[in-house]
Amino acid sequence: MGLNVALGFLILLACQLVGELLVRGLDVPIPGAVVGMVLLFVGLLLFQEIPNGLRQTSEGLLKVLPLLLVPAGVGIMQYLGFLSDAWAELLTALVISTFATLFIVAFILQRMLARKSEQQDRDPS
Amino acid sequence: MSWSELQMLPVLWLVVTLVVFLFASWLNAKAGRSPFLHPVLVSLTLIILVLMLSGTDYQSYMSGGQYIHFLLGPAVVALAVPLYDNRAMIRQMWLPLLVGCTSGAVLAAASALAVGVLLGLSDEMLLTLAPKSVTSPIAIAVAEKMGGYGSLAAGLVLITGALGCLFAPWVYRLLNIEDPAVKGFALGVGAHAMGTAFAFEYGVMAGAFAGLAMAMTGAFTAFFLPFLVVLFGL
Repeated sequence: MGLNVALGFLILLACQLVGELLVRGLDVPIPGAVVGMVLLFVGLLLFQEIPNGLRQTSEGLLKVLPLLLVPAGVGIMQYLGFLSDAWAELLTALVISTFATLFIVAFILQRMLARKSEQQDRDPS
Repeated sequence: MSWSELQMLPVLWLVVTLVVFLFASWLNAKAGRSPFLHPVLVSLTLIILVLMLSGTDYQSYMSGGQYIHFLLGPAVVALAVPLYDNRAMIRQMWLPLLVGCTSGAVLAAASALAVGVLLGLSDEMLLTLAPKSVTSPIAIAVAEKMGGYGSLAAGLVLITGALGCLFAPWVYRLLNIEDPAVKGFALGVGAHAMGTAFAFEYGVMAGAFAGLAMAMTGAFTAFFLPFLVVLFGL
């Protein structure tokens, strides 16, 4: 079981490594880990099965995902001075834009999915 | 041993981070999982307070924090596993997902720019503001490429993430949304990695769709933003 977890971790890190090499080689502003995720997803689609250890390691990491964001988030403290110049303008823009984005994306998906399931109800093929 | 020596111990900041996070999670459970007391938001606030009161800079904190931060990379890769588990749903929903992602990404940048222009922000500030709803590595790279401030862009990304987690439960109640895929996807488009972490509270399926949304929005934004800012005369 211990070896399984090591193998799972190796698969994740190897995908990330290939992702990093790709974004560096192609000089695109996309994080290597995001490319690694796409690579692993395609790999799983081809392989048609999730190795035991990979599932254990992945689920373990994803369970603590909020904790993993904390150190990067503490970085806000470096920008507190910067923000004080135009904080009211920036905050207004962020609040309006973030609310509008969540609202519209949720609304579009809700409507498009509702129409889709209606079609399926009418036409059970 | 003096405080300035103790301050340089990486393990001290690992212990502080874990203690604060466990406390914040306990507090959140006590408060009935209120989004205003989200464990990440509470942890950030408390740790920043501790650092400021003890006169510790971010670099010293990250001497320990980097070990936790490093795991974010493999965790993002790991999002492929829940995505694979939900592959049938993704295949079935690809058109709504594509429309939702692209319109959300354009709206996020365009509405922030529009409000910024109305409030008279400088061109550099506007270019910094534009990539605020994508995950920070993409936002920093995009802002710098366009002539904004990369480090401030990272800060705005974090604030956007926090706001997204605050607003999401409210928006979903307003629109009467129950579907975890919709909840997760909207959070991933609007609030990147912080939204993705938050989405896991709606279940693994919501988390997987949030991760998918984060990746799609990030890649799409990196390509279209240089064209959008031209429309705003920047």
